[in-house]
Amino acid sequence: MRLTLRQRQVVWAYIFLSVSLVFFVVIRWYPTILAFNISFRDWNVFEAGGPWVGLQNYQEIWADFFKPRSAVRAAFWNTVRYVVLGVPTQMALGLGIAMLLGQIRRFVGFFRAAYFIPYVTSFVAVAFVWNWLYAPQSGLINQILQAFGLPPQPFTKSPNQALPAITAVAVWRSLGFTVIIFLAGLQQIPDIYYEAARIDGANRWQIFWRVTLPLLNPVIVYLSVLQTISFLRMFDLVQNMSEQGQGGPLKSTTTVVLEVYREGFSSYNMGYAAALTVILFFVILLITIFQLRVLSRRVEY
Amino acid sequence: MLMAYVLLSLGAAVMIVPFLWMLLTSLKPATELVQFSFLPKQPTLENYRLVLTTSSFGRWYFNSLLIATISTLSVAFFDSLVGYTLNKFEFPGKNIIFLGILATLMVPTEMLIIPWYTMSVQWGWHQGAMQYWGIVFPGVITAVGIFLMRQFFDGVPNELLDAARMDGLHEFGIWWRVAMPLVKPALAALCIFNFIGNWNAYLWPLIIASARAYYTLPVGLSFFRGESTTQWEKIMTGASLATVPLLIVFIIFQRQIIKGIALTGLKG
Amino acid sequence: MPSKRITLLLSLLTVVAVLLAACPAPAAPAGEAPAQTGAQTGAEQPAAEAPSEGPIEIEYWQYNFAARVDAMNQLIELFEAENPDIKVIHNADIPYDDFRDKIAASVPAGVGPDVVTLFYGWQVAWIDAGYLVPLPEDAFPPSMVAEEFSPMVQASFVDGTLFTLPTAVRTLALFYNKDLMEQAGLDPENPPKTLAELEEQAVQCTKMDANGNYEIMGFPVSMGGQAHHWFREVLLRQFGQQPYSDDYRKVLWNASDAGYAAWHELLKFQTELKTGDATLFDGDPNFFLNGRACFHIDGSFRLGTIASQAPDLNFGVIELPEYNGVKSTFGSYWTHGITKKAAADPRRMEAAVKFLQFITSPEAGSLWVKIVGELPAQLSAANDPELLADPKLGAFAAGLPYAHATFFVDESKDRQALIDAYDAVVLTGADPDQELDFAVQTVQELLDEFWASR
Repeated sequence: MRLTLRQRQVVWAYIFLSVSLVFFVVIRWYPTILAFNISFRDWNVFEAGGPWVGLQNYQEIWADFFKPRSAVRAAFWNTVRYVVLGVPTQMALGLGIAMLLGQIRRFVGFFRAAYFIPYVTSFVAVAFVWNWLYAPQSGLINQILQAFGLPPQPFTKSPNQALPAITAVAVWRSLGFTVIIFLAGLQQIPDIYYEAARIDGANRWQIFWRVTLPLLNPVIVYLSVLQTISFLRMFDLVQNMSEQGQGGPLKSTTTVVLEVYREGFSSYNMGYAAALTVILFFVILLITIFQLRVLSRRVEY
Repeated sequence: MLMAYVLLSLGAAVMIVPFLWMLLTSLKPATELVQFSFLPKQPTLENYRLVLTTSSFGRWYFNSLLIATISTLSVAFFDSLVGYTLNKFEFPGKNIIFLGILATLMVPTEMLIIPWYTMSVQWGWHQGAMQYWGIVFPGVITAVGIFLMRQFFDGVPNELLDAARMDGLHEFGIWWRVAMPLVKPALAALCIFNFIGNWNAYLWPLIIASARAYYTLPVGLSFFRGESTTQWEKIMTGASLATVPLLIVFIIFQRQIIKGIALTGLKG
Repeated sequence: MPSKRITLLLSLLTVVAVLLAACPAPAAPAGEAPAQTGAQTGAEQPAAEAPSEGPIEIEYWQYNFAARVDAMNQLIELFEAENPDIKVIHNADIPYDDFRDKIAASVPAGVGPDVVTLFYGWQVAWIDAGYLVPLPEDAFPPSMVAEEFSPMVQASFVDGTLFTLPTAVRTLALFYNKDLMEQAGLDPENPPKTLAELEEQAVQCTKMDANGNYEIMGFPVSMGGQAHHWFREVLLRQFGQQPYSDDYRKVLWNASDAGYAAWHELLKFQTELKTGDATLFDGDPNFFLNGRACFHIDGSFRLGTIASQAPDLNFGVIELPEYNGVKSTFGSYWTHGITKKAAADPRRMEAAVKFLQFITSPEAGSLWVKIVGELPAQLSAANDPELLADPKLGAFAAGLPYAHATFFVDESKDRQALIDAYDAVVLTGADPDQELDFAVQTVQELLDEFWASR
């Protein structure tokens, strides 16, 4: 039997995907569905199963959301703040640095490594070092501020400054990732486009908007989707940088995943934690689909 | 040009100072830690001696190296294959499969460790040498990498692949010999990030490994964190030692990225 | 992607999720048969397959801390010598921070300890889940616990049933920096014995620079450290307000003016007397370690930190200052329980009980204090004149007869409620009384939920 070209493509596609599909179904989707299942149960980890309680966990979250000074409400709003502050900063700085790195000819290797260093530094070390940099009286940043006659700042000890301060560390930490991906993207743009633009008499600004940015579109889609997801799942830094990992002061830095962790592993309300996870899952899914639709477009060469 | 150097240098300083501080802390005796000085007053290599001799550091180092290498090889192969398929083939269910893969990024690992552990116990992946597989298995294929490769294969012209098809090359060969060389920068980036991610992985290796002989470096280092005392000087020492292989990996793979830039020259 | 398809996909996902939700127990792969029969023995345990006359293996888990591991290894060696038919597998390869995560992941998979060490504040959650089994009364009679153990161990009785017993306990005491006291013109051999003296000396000891930065803090109240315990079990009682009703159903922190007065006393150091701000340095308790605080409330476990990180610190330890003639301190402990895994097999249970009896004996307590530096839970060992005369540990041991351990339903949430109330007053200038009321309401909800579920 001879297959058409199109049918052949379908067969090859599924051959190529086979191993990975099995992997995702068994290792990723199956546990995810278990988590969905747990969200309908009153499950304390030590028991097997736990009774089916329907939507009770979701109702509890809903009720908690409207309580005064609710941790859940703070978690959701903080998570939004992390994304809104973090993602644009990360993207703009990443692209800017990648382009600057493309302009210089000397010490390229040194600078590239310098921007990459935070990414290779171990996580506990990062949190520890930044807590020291931010320390209200004796920290390096405040010593510098005071040397210039500026008032010292409380940073992570203040309900107003803690969230931006932690966001800054998150950006600092993964800037190397963004820069490298942008570099790889810039590298893949064939030179002929730039030459053509120059022959047409375009200036640098025009080249940036008309050539670089459109041709970087797949990379921009990738980074913005990925960064949004990672800020929506913000957890490790907050756990390591807020006092006792509780998302303080006054819940000003807590996130949805931190609440998941606190409820699940310190209060053992796995059902409630799973319900929070499910809500977060659908929020991320919707945002991602939205981003993919708005940002993705075919570039006409 | 000068402006570029000034800006980059300022940024680089912000990037490096915390790292430098980690290195300097590793040279301080424990008693200096609470004094908040930048430079060690009495620099010592004692922490290095203690970390290397009193813990199973060598073993943890080996474990991390093994795990990061296996997972990176697997990820480089499968992620690019799947990314390629999702970009270059037309087939029913394509969008749903892509979204289904991407959706796995939306579940926090904390919710997955209990089912993963339960699976591992059933299949005996929590005992003996099988623990290595137990540690690796959740990360042998990654959604992040598939997404990355899918985006980068977008820049590979379809005409090139069609030409190879005319020449009678089979589909696997087209992917491997024609398409892959064109996305080397992205592949290099994927390898770097995956290696680092596995090298630093903490929560899952901690749960699955049953004894310290199978711990990875970050898990091993957490033994220096106690209930009331954290031996920061030792953690910083271990963390400093841990960054060495990462910098080496970075230097190896970044050549793939640099080379291209050097050839094509000024871009922006 | 056309939007129709997205809607379709989303609804599909939801349907799948709900459908799958209808399938049985989420821990299905975990539970399998053993979980359903309530016997989490786990067939993969080698001991279960051993013939009944051979030696029996039991597993003991605790978190990793060199001195504790060492002490327990010695105890196990002694125990095995006395009981050649029992073998104890000691798993302490779990970092402190992750002990609960590791247990939480292990139990549904059917692996884990027969005898486990846990913080007493976690008992309720573990008992409610049926993970810990009651200790047999013939082996551990309540009257024996009441007579022989420190009174704080009463917190191990949940609803009148004894579930756990400790080897060692901790209390709080006041640390004082002798050099700083001397610099401030105070007599280092005369540290504060009453609350009034603490206030006075803390003010005198505090030093600020021209910019209003603290150079020396007299007494920084550290809510992230032990100060919340100090409020609950010490200040409230001293001001004449019991912290909880006897049956632990009501939070009474704001039940009288005395309660509010105790709360104001706690706040006073930072807001009125300005003797320090614990958040200003890089975190509790380094301000005391690096010689920038005169007075500091902490537990006996801090002695080890000081010995390793600030061996030259010239400090002393004294019992917590009294007020109204009332002495009180907060007691807490890591305690040992027997799990349902052990209970599923009579021979394992018997072995676990023997092991637990052994590690909670006065002899074990004496060995423990020598190696770990924690106070023995058995009063006979704690009344050792040598221990009471110890210049550092003596103050902690002296607190044992009047120490109270709070019965926590959810320790971290209870603590967080007080920390948030304190922060709200100090950081945002909120009304102290309202904040206390709010904290009470939060903790009361935790208690209500707990009692409603029983």
